[in-house]
Amino acid sequence: MNNDFPYKLDSLRTPVTGRVSLTQAIHVDGPLLGGLLVLVSVGLFVLYSGSSQSMDTIIRQVSRLAIGFSVMLVMAQIPPRTYKRWTPWLYLVGTGLLIAVLVAGAEAKGAQRWLALPGIGRFQPSEVMKLIVPMMVSWYLAERALPPGWRPVLLATLLMLVPTVLIAKQPDLGTSLLIASAGFIALFLSGLSWRFIGGLVVAAVPAAGSLWMVMREYQRQRVLTFLNPEMDRWGAGWNITQSKTAIGSGGLEGKGWLHGTQAHLDFLPESHTDFIIAVLAEEFGLLGVCALLLIYFAIIARGMYIAMNAQDTYSRLVAGAITLTFFVYVFVNIGMVSGILPVVGVPLPLVSYGGTSVVTLMAGFGILMSIQTHRKLVAT
Amino acid sequence: MPKPITLKDHYRETRVFARRSVVGLGFVFLLMLVLVARMFYLQVMQYEKYRTMADENRITVEPIAPTRGLIMDRNGTLVADNRPSYAVSIIKEQCPDVDDTIRNIGELITLDEAQIDRFHKRLEQRQRPHTPVALKFKLTEEEIAIIAVNQHRLPGVTLDASLVRHYPWSETLSHAVGYVGRINERELKTLDATDYSATEHVGKTGIEAFYEDQLHGDVGFQTIETDARGRITRVLERTDPAPGQDLMLYLDLPTQIAAAKALDGRRGAVVAIEPETGGVLAFVSIPGFDPNLFVTGIDYKTYKDLQESRAQPLFNRAIQGQYPPGSTIKQIVALAGLYYGVTDWNRSIYDPGFYKLENDNHFYRDWKKWGHGVVNMHQAIVESCDTYFYDLAFKMGVDRIHDFMLPFGFGKRTGIDMPSERPGLIPSRNWKRGALNQPWYPGETLIVGIGQGYMLATPLQLALSAAILANRGKLVKPHMVRNIGGTPVTDAQPPGQIELKDPNNWELTIAAMRAVVHSATGTARGIKEGLTYDIAGKTGTAQVVGIKQDESYDASKLSDWHKDHALFVGFAPVDKPKIAVAVLVENGGGGGSTAAPVARIVMDAYFNSLAQDAISDNQREPATSEQ
Repeated sequence: MNNDFPYKLDSLRTPVTGRVSLTQAIHVDGPLLGGLLVLVSVGLFVLYSGSSQSMDTIIRQVSRLAIGFSVMLVMAQIPPRTYKRWTPWLYLVGTGLLIAVLVAGAEAKGAQRWLALPGIGRFQPSEVMKLIVPMMVSWYLAERALPPGWRPVLLATLLMLVPTVLIAKQPDLGTSLLIASAGFIALFLSGLSWRFIGGLVVAAVPAAGSLWMVMREYQRQRVLTFLNPEMDRWGAGWNITQSKTAIGSGGLEGKGWLHGTQAHLDFLPESHTDFIIAVLAEEFGLLGVCALLLIYFAIIARGMYIAMNAQDTYSRLVAGAITLTFFVYVFVNIGMVSGILPVVGVPLPLVSYGGTSVVTLMAGFGILMSIQTHRKLVAT
Repeated sequence: MPKPITLKDHYRETRVFARRSVVGLGFVFLLMLVLVARMFYLQVMQYEKYRTMADENRITVEPIAPTRGLIMDRNGTLVADNRPSYAVSIIKEQCPDVDDTIRNIGELITLDEAQIDRFHKRLEQRQRPHTPVALKFKLTEEEIAIIAVNQHRLPGVTLDASLVRHYPWSETLSHAVGYVGRINERELKTLDATDYSATEHVGKTGIEAFYEDQLHGDVGFQTIETDARGRITRVLERTDPAPGQDLMLYLDLPTQIAAAKALDGRRGAVVAIEPETGGVLAFVSIPGFDPNLFVTGIDYKTYKDLQESRAQPLFNRAIQGQYPPGSTIKQIVALAGLYYGVTDWNRSIYDPGFYKLENDNHFYRDWKKWGHGVVNMHQAIVESCDTYFYDLAFKMGVDRIHDFMLPFGFGKRTGIDMPSERPGLIPSRNWKRGALNQPWYPGETLIVGIGQGYMLATPLQLALSAAILANRGKLVKPHMVRNIGGTPVTDAQPPGQIELKDPNNWELTIAAMRAVVHSATGTARGIKEGLTYDIAGKTGTAQVVGIKQDESYDASKLSDWHKDHALFVGFAPVDKPKIAVAVLVENGGGGGSTAAPVARIVMDAYFNSLAQDAISDNQREPATSEQ
């Protein structure tokens, strides 16, 4: 408790004794909330078209978003130091659940990803690990002198590798890579030496080779299809060929809302889930895509602003990692649909139809808001 | 447990984090530029390519098959029509497991291995996903019902209807009308690719093949928008197909049926021609086959049985069968003798039962062992005296017989509107030198005079010669089709007339032919009983195997396949002929006893049919009689 340090008080915009705004009082960050609401509204418009104008889908998505925003609000109320205190325990429980999934998980589509909870339904532990892993890496690094030396880096790497490997074994390569990247971002933000990063890039080549060796047949197929989608136009390459056709045929201005032929005649697969950006690109053109990217950029910029203004190392690293991981989702999804990355099954955050990912993402933004709105009470 | 230096590092940590955040945000910005660049590449630089691909995805130009023209007889009775036929098909994308589905269908209706094999072959060949692939064609009413009732538990299984050729008269008209079959690879190369893009069948034989162009019609097109499942969402543009033209034949179905029935159980052919027009009234080749078998694909065993049968049901005897005409050409040889002044009606010879050439030991036998005695030409025709015609032929020489017979339609294709007609053969010295590189022997001329030896004719040629005789020399060309799409066929009649030096000889020859049927000694006298009209005819009995010098023909000693062919040509009524007929019964024995009665039945049927027409024409204004 170093509350009495004068320089701390100076750095606050709102004096402790001053009037507390409404958003501050309910622990909501206005600009971030605004950005999210714009994104979600645009997303619903595209989803309506991508789901073949199914009002049913919209209602279900809206109710999921409502749950997501509620979770965000709840998460925002919890002060960052509580998160910090819980982090190692959450990590232990989460890793335990991942082991439980491998041992007793429910199987669906050839992968064990879910845990059946009696009376509650299915639960996907890997989803919450998307938040817990960057939190754990941040927790560990916050206690060390930064930039980290070799030993803390190795230990932090180990901390994120354990859940990564467990998830990869389910098998869910996409999620495991995203979780690894979340941990890596926390490391990067903590000041990980550039030499280490350079070494990592050099090591990536043999690593990719060995990854190929352990990949399942369907995963290899995805990579091969990514490298040459025309190779199998009616089979595995169908998805990517059709999504590129949807995007390209949209042109600069698009075909107009609800007038995308690729989406509405069912040529575009998964048009309301993973491939929804293709619907937007087809109907709103390059201009629409740029507008959406601008919204994402605004949200990310606000997230980084919150991170830079956070008052302790843990909060800074968590906020930065959550924000940049959010971008990784955006990049991987759009990269995959437009054909510059392999198909990995990552939804477009807050636009794609889907339940679990909305809740996890909004929980992350809740933590960001908590960090931003609890500042005056926080001390390092 | 922070060490004391942690506090000192606080500023540095903040600075490092701020720097890294800016770098991170810079990465974000850069990667977003990468995405925008990618989108720019796809949406602006490659726009044309993807726009085209999107249109190709959804817009399909689909050909629409024209409806094949109908074929009917002279009374308007349909002899070839189109009926809906159902096939059960599978859409692979909509069915959970193809093999399971086939097994399930197999439990409901019978499927054989070959059908399943062909299904898999078709499945591999299909060009787009979500298109149905046929598993079994030509479902019965019962099979359609079973599939329809169970369709809810067979996802991806569809029943497709299409129009398929149907021949209601089956075997009766198999050789006249012919049949259509699935287009094979060889035909695919010769047929117009655009015109046949939606057509599955093409005429293979008979009228169906000869009039393919007229029957087929013109293909139509529609530009359609489909979804990924191949379902049509919109028709953007449509050009209707032009249906094929209907054909009306000269054929009289009651006469055809009577002819087929009269031959029933034997092998042979009947051709009946309307002398005035050359129109073919009956065209029968027995045995026939069910042409419906060929339409949707005949199974291998049935086809092999048909092909290997000794009775040759697939062989069109009427235009492809070349037989020695025997005595059925004697009246024409007689006209030739008169024409060249070699003989006249008063000249008589003595027939001891054989004919002998000087310096030749060979006995040229008459069919009547003890001979006809003294015969003039009239008697020679009536009694079919061989010796008289040996003598006449010898005096005339083979080349003059050849020259005189050609205009009667022998020795060359008649030009009937049917495919695969054979030309027959009238020998001459030139022909033998060219074809066999041998000189002509005088004895060969003798047997040409009685329609044996090298001479060959199709039943159609025999019927045509009878029609030309009935016309008193006016030439006609045999024709199957009377009008196309309601327009009469105009090229039917080539002008021409066989000129005799003495036109009286037409009537005298015809009188002798009349006596063949109506006199007490005529070889076809057996059919005159109860006749209400006059028939002029000539019988023929053609040898299939040579009889040795010291043997005589004994039918009971020969196997059925070596017995003589029975023939008859004739026309009626004698004064104003309405029908000329040729009958051939393979290994049937005597022409008078076997072939002539068939001709009588055919003529009776035709006159009966004409009488029916007259009644219905008088009674009803628009004739709408259909069987």
